[in-house]
Amino acid sequence: MSDRNFPIGGPVLEVKNISLSFGGVKAITDTSFDILEHEIRAIIGPNGAGKSSMLNCINGIYKPQIGSVIYKGEEVRKVTPNIMAQMGISRTFQNLALFKRMSVLDNILVGRKLHTKSNFLEVAFQLPKAKREEKTNRDRCEEIVDFLEIEDIKNTPVGKLPYGLQKKVELGRALATDANLILLDEPMAGMNVEEKREMCRFILKVNDEIGTTMVLIEHDMGVVMDISDRVVVLDYGKVIGDGTPDEVRANQKVIDAYLGVEH
Amino acid sequence: MKPIFMTYTRGDLINLAILLIVGVIVIPMTVSSGYWYTSILIPWLCLALATIGQQIIMGYTGQLALGAAGFMAAGAFACFNLILRVPGIPFVGALLISGLIAAAFGILFGLPSLRVRGIYLMVATLASQFFIIWMIDKFGWFKNYDSSGIITAQDIVILGKPFTSPIEMYLVIVAVVTPMTLIAMNMARGSTGRNWMSVRDMDIAAESMGVSLLKTKLQAFAISSFYCGVAGALFAFTYLKSLEPVAFDIKLSFKVLFMVILGGLGTINGAFIGAAFILLFPVLLNYIGNNVFHGAIDATIISAIEQVVFGVLMIIFMIYEPLGMAKLWETIKIKIARLFSKT
Repeated sequence: MSDRNFPIGGPVLEVKNISLSFGGVKAITDTSFDILEHEIRAIIGPNGAGKSSMLNCINGIYKPQIGSVIYKGEEVRKVTPNIMAQMGISRTFQNLALFKRMSVLDNILVGRKLHTKSNFLEVAFQLPKAKREEKTNRDRCEEIVDFLEIEDIKNTPVGKLPYGLQKKVELGRALATDANLILLDEPMAGMNVEEKREMCRFILKVNDEIGTTMVLIEHDMGVVMDISDRVVVLDYGKVIGDGTPDEVRANQKVIDAYLGVEH
Repeated sequence: MKPIFMTYTRGDLINLAILLIVGVIVIPMTVSSGYWYTSILIPWLCLALATIGQQIIMGYTGQLALGAAGFMAAGAFACFNLILRVPGIPFVGALLISGLIAAAFGILFGLPSLRVRGIYLMVATLASQFFIIWMIDKFGWFKNYDSSGIITAQDIVILGKPFTSPIEMYLVIVAVVTPMTLIAMNMARGSTGRNWMSVRDMDIAAESMGVSLLKTKLQAFAISSFYCGVAGALFAFTYLKSLEPVAFDIKLSFKVLFMVILGGLGTINGAFIGAAFILLFPVLLNYIGNNVFHGAIDATIISAIEQVVFGVLMIIFMIYEPLGMAKLWETIKIKIARLFSKT
């Protein structure tokens, strides 16, 4: 791991003692872990373990009753999707949240929102600033389109694309934000082996070439173990294992959670 | 598809040039009958402008708002009062300020969109329709204490020259509608439009990308009402030639809504196609009634047929072609192009 372009640094994001419940149902109980700069961090666990809820807490879609999110050493006072986006955290969604009627390129261009400073009047009258920005943003998005090898579909409305490609577009949109940290919610769900392998390649490539810290959720252990630096395992909303893939694989609790125990 | 001027491609510019030549030179030179201007071209362009406004809020931002006529009324009465009370105000200036006043109402009545959506928002925005009309009726000041209820609109005077004949009014409208359409296209194709559409298609994702829902929705409401306000002022000053709150009732709001749906949600040119269809279809039916059946069909039946056909078309478009006539037009163009490339 020493030959990486971006060696793993200190903690960039920490979640501390997070508890989240919906009415009487406890989704997450007293969960803490950290994410190091430039690493690929996986959150795994069986169905209903609270993985997506965890991601939604980090991203601000859910508000945990107890606990805090610490970004770059400072506690984030008000965690909302918008504030997190401004801090440089982007994400993808489990069930795809693309802008269905917009083209692939337009979807990715929305990711450039925080790098777009011109207001609607500047856009309406196509003043030089708006034109310049639009060009820069388009150039950046074309780069991402090249990077993800989706050149041939860039003008197609996203809603007409097959699932695997949509997942790719969503990754592209997250990349367009130039975020330091990308949260990927089941980026490989519903994909075949071929597509999974390709997605893994992109995740590794992004991490290696841009240095983006990646947090990914999966319930399928196989793929994740190969590409992540560290893995945290959730079960029934609690951390039952945290460490390198090898450590986690050897953890008895994890084995029990995945394979079941005799009672 | 490379833009060569502003956001326009070569095809756009050719289309624009053709439209302008036809609109500004060919039509004024060939069409001399006032009927075409006062009954078709003038209301068409005014309502198309209002439809662009409705398009922005409904087609692009996905907010089901129903109250275009209310904002049109706000614009019309604002324009009347500005010309009446501010001596020496230029007409175009009054028109723009009227738009801004309508935009302020738009922001106010857009506030519910931050909490409710869909059909509930539609009900909430209906309030704008009824409130604005009620306000104008209730407070005599807006109507300059005219007891008859119908006020004659002032003459349009630009740079000292009165524009009173149908053809002159038509040219004034073209001069306002053309730049406003281009501006709407610029916004729709640029980052502003992408923000709107991202809110329409998936608001949670939009927020995660840093799009502020509050700002984007209110901005769309403001711009939409600005367009409606200017359209309303033009409508009152050139088509109605009078100001009466009744002219801006809920029926007009629905008319604009139908123009958006038939024209095609989320298209600017659809606004013109939809407005043309809704305005011309009754004319065509009447023509058929008079010239084919020689008045054998009763006028009430004809207007009933009109309603039925609109209803059926609306359902057909919602089910089979949500992108409306604008999309049909695109498909036809592609098919024709293929036909020619084969031979």
